[in-house]
Amino acid sequence: MIRYVTRRLLWIIPVLFAVSVITFLLMHAVPGGPWAREKALPDAVEARLNAQYGLDQPLYEQYGRWAIAFATGDLGPSYRYQDRTVNDIVADGFWVTVQLGIMAFALAVLVGIPLGILAALGHNRWPDYLTTSISILGVTTPSFVLGILLIVFFSVQLGWFPTGGWEGPEYWVLPTIALAGFPIAVIARYTRASMLEVTRKDYIRTAHSKGVKNQSVVSRHMIRNALIPVVTILGPTLAFLVTGSFIIERVFNIPGMGQFYLNAISTRDYSLLMAMTMLYAFAVAFLNVVVDVLYAYIDPRIRYS
Amino acid sequence: MATVTRPLPGQVVRERRSAGLWSDAWGRLRKNRLALLGLFMVLTLLFLGIFGPFLAPYPYAQQDLKAIQQAAADGYGIGPLNPGQYGHVLGTDQLGRDLLSRLLDGARISVSVALVVQLVILLIGVPIGAIAGWFSGRLDNVLMRFTDIIYAFPDLLFIIILSVVFRETAFGRTFDGLLMIFVAIGLTSWVTVARLVRGQLLSLKETEFVEAARAIGVQDRKIITKHLLPNGVGPIIVAVTLGIPGAILAEATLSYIGIGVQPPRASWGSLIAEGYKWIRAEPHLVLFPAICIATALASFTFLGDGLRDALDPKLKGKQ
Repeated sequence: MIRYVTRRLLWIIPVLFAVSVITFLLMHAVPGGPWAREKALPDAVEARLNAQYGLDQPLYEQYGRWAIAFATGDLGPSYRYQDRTVNDIVADGFWVTVQLGIMAFALAVLVGIPLGILAALGHNRWPDYLTTSISILGVTTPSFVLGILLIVFFSVQLGWFPTGGWEGPEYWVLPTIALAGFPIAVIARYTRASMLEVTRKDYIRTAHSKGVKNQSVVSRHMIRNALIPVVTILGPTLAFLVTGSFIIERVFNIPGMGQFYLNAISTRDYSLLMAMTMLYAFAVAFLNVVVDVLYAYIDPRIRYS
Repeated sequence: MATVTRPLPGQVVRERRSAGLWSDAWGRLRKNRLALLGLFMVLTLLFLGIFGPFLAPYPYAQQDLKAIQQAAADGYGIGPLNPGQYGHVLGTDQLGRDLLSRLLDGARISVSVALVVQLVILLIGVPIGAIAGWFSGRLDNVLMRFTDIIYAFPDLLFIIILSVVFRETAFGRTFDGLLMIFVAIGLTSWVTVARLVRGQLLSLKETEFVEAARAIGVQDRKIITKHLLPNGVGPIIVAVTLGIPGAILAEATLSYIGIGVQPPRASWGSLIAEGYKWIRAEPHLVLFPAICIATALASFTFLGDGLRDALDPKLKGKQ
C-alpha cells in the first residue's frame, strides 16, 4: 500500500514537468511579451527589461532557471504587478479559492448523496422523480448560467444576498450553490444508480430473509456498499471544482486565483501564468491520487500493488 | 447440429428473427421514452443548426436601427427591444440585432462544436487507443503514460491558454475562431476515447470468438473489421454522444468569458455574457440563450444515456 501511494505521488512529478514544458512553450510560441502596451516601448528600454528579467536568453535556459526556482518554492517576480512577487499574489487568492472549493464540495456531497439514496429507496415514486429532475437540471445548467440565475432571483429580485464580492458569510452562499450545482447532480445520479445496483445483490436478499430490520438493511448493508463506487467520481468532481471555481469567481467577482489567470495570459505575465497552471495541475493530480487511495482504503476487495 | 427440429402438426411456429446488435439496440431504445425525446431533440437541433440561418427572420448581425429609433420615439427608452416588439419575436439586443436570428446562428455554432469536436476526438483517440491495445507491451506503456499526462492537465485552463495564445493569429481567426475552439477542446478530451478503445481491444482480443476466428485462419484484417469493431463500437458511440454536452458546455464557457467565437458572431455563451449587462431590465436576453444551452445539453445527455442502456449487452434479456 505504501509503495503504491509513493509510486502514485512520484508519478505527479513527470506530469507536472510535462505540464510546465507544454505551458512554457505555448506561452513563448506567440508574438507579444509582457512589455507590450498601447504605446510601444523604445527598443532600447525593452532590451534592457528583457535582459534584466532574462528574457533574452535561449528558451531552455529560461526554462531551466524557472524550474530550479520553482523547485525551491520561488515563483519569481510578476511581470505585470511589478511591486509584488508571484508568491504574494498566489497567496492572496489561494485561500479564497480553496475555501470556495471546500464549501462547494461539502455541499455537493451532503446534498447529492442523500438525494441519490432517497431516490433509490423511493424508486419510481416521487422521491425518484424529484432527484431525477434535480439532476437533469443540474447537469444541463452550466455553472455560470446557474450563478447568473441565482443573482437575478436572490440578489436583484429578492435582495437577500449581495451580487458579488467576498466579504463575509452572506457573500459565500450564492457562489457555493452555483459551483455545487453540477457536482450535486452528478453525485446524486451516481449514488442512485449504485444503490439500485446494490438492492439486487444476494447479500441484501439474505439480510432481508434472515429477518434483519429493513432500516438496518438499508443503513448497514445497502448504503455502506453503495457508497464505495461513488468515491470514484469524487476525483473528477474535485477536478471540476478546481477549474470550475475560476468561472464562478468571475461571475461573482470573487478575489480568488481565477481572477488573475485570464489577465496573466493576455498580458503574457509568464511567471504568474506558470505558477497558476502548475498549482491547478498539481491540485488535480494530487486529488486524483487521494481519491484512488481512499477508494482502496474503503473497499477491502481492492488491493493495489 | 445435424438434427432438424420439425414443428408438431398444429403447433404455431413463432419464427425468431435473428436479432443483430443494432436491431436489438434499436428495439430497446424505442422503449425508452426519455431517449426518444433526446433523439427527437437532437434531430431538431441538427435541423436548426443546418437550416436555421435560412429560417431566421434577419441576418444575425443586421442591426434594425429603425426599430430601435421607433421604440425610443414611442417612449420605450433606448435599449434592447422586448420580445414581440416591432416584428422581433424574441426582441433584440441593444444594437437592434434580432435575438431569434442570433440564437439560430448560435445553434449552428453549437451543432458544429458538437460534431466536429467529437470527430477530432475520434481521429486522435481511436488510433492511439487501438495501437496501444493491439500492440500491447512497451508501446502501450508509453502511450498510456502519455494519456495520463493529458488527463492530469486541467483541461479548461489548457483550452483557455490555447485560445488566448492563438487568438490573434490566422489559425485563431479561421471560421470566426471556431477552428481553434474545435482543436483546443479536441486536444484535451480524446483521452477517454483512447482509454476506452484500448480497454475494448484488450478484452476482445482474449475472447473465445476471436480465438476461434484465429484458429480457423481468419486474417487479422477481417478479425478487426468483422469481430473487434462491431463488438467494440457500442461503448465508443456512447462515450462520443455523452462527450458532446461537455464540448458544447466548454464552448459556451469560453464564449462567456469572451475568448470563444469572435464577434459579430455570437454563440449562446457570448449572448449570455452580453445580455447580463441588461439583466435588470431585460432578463430575456439571458434567459433565452440559457434555455437553448440547457436544452442542447439535455438532448445529448438523454440520448447518450438511452444509447448506453440500449447498447450495454449486460442488460440483454433482463427486460
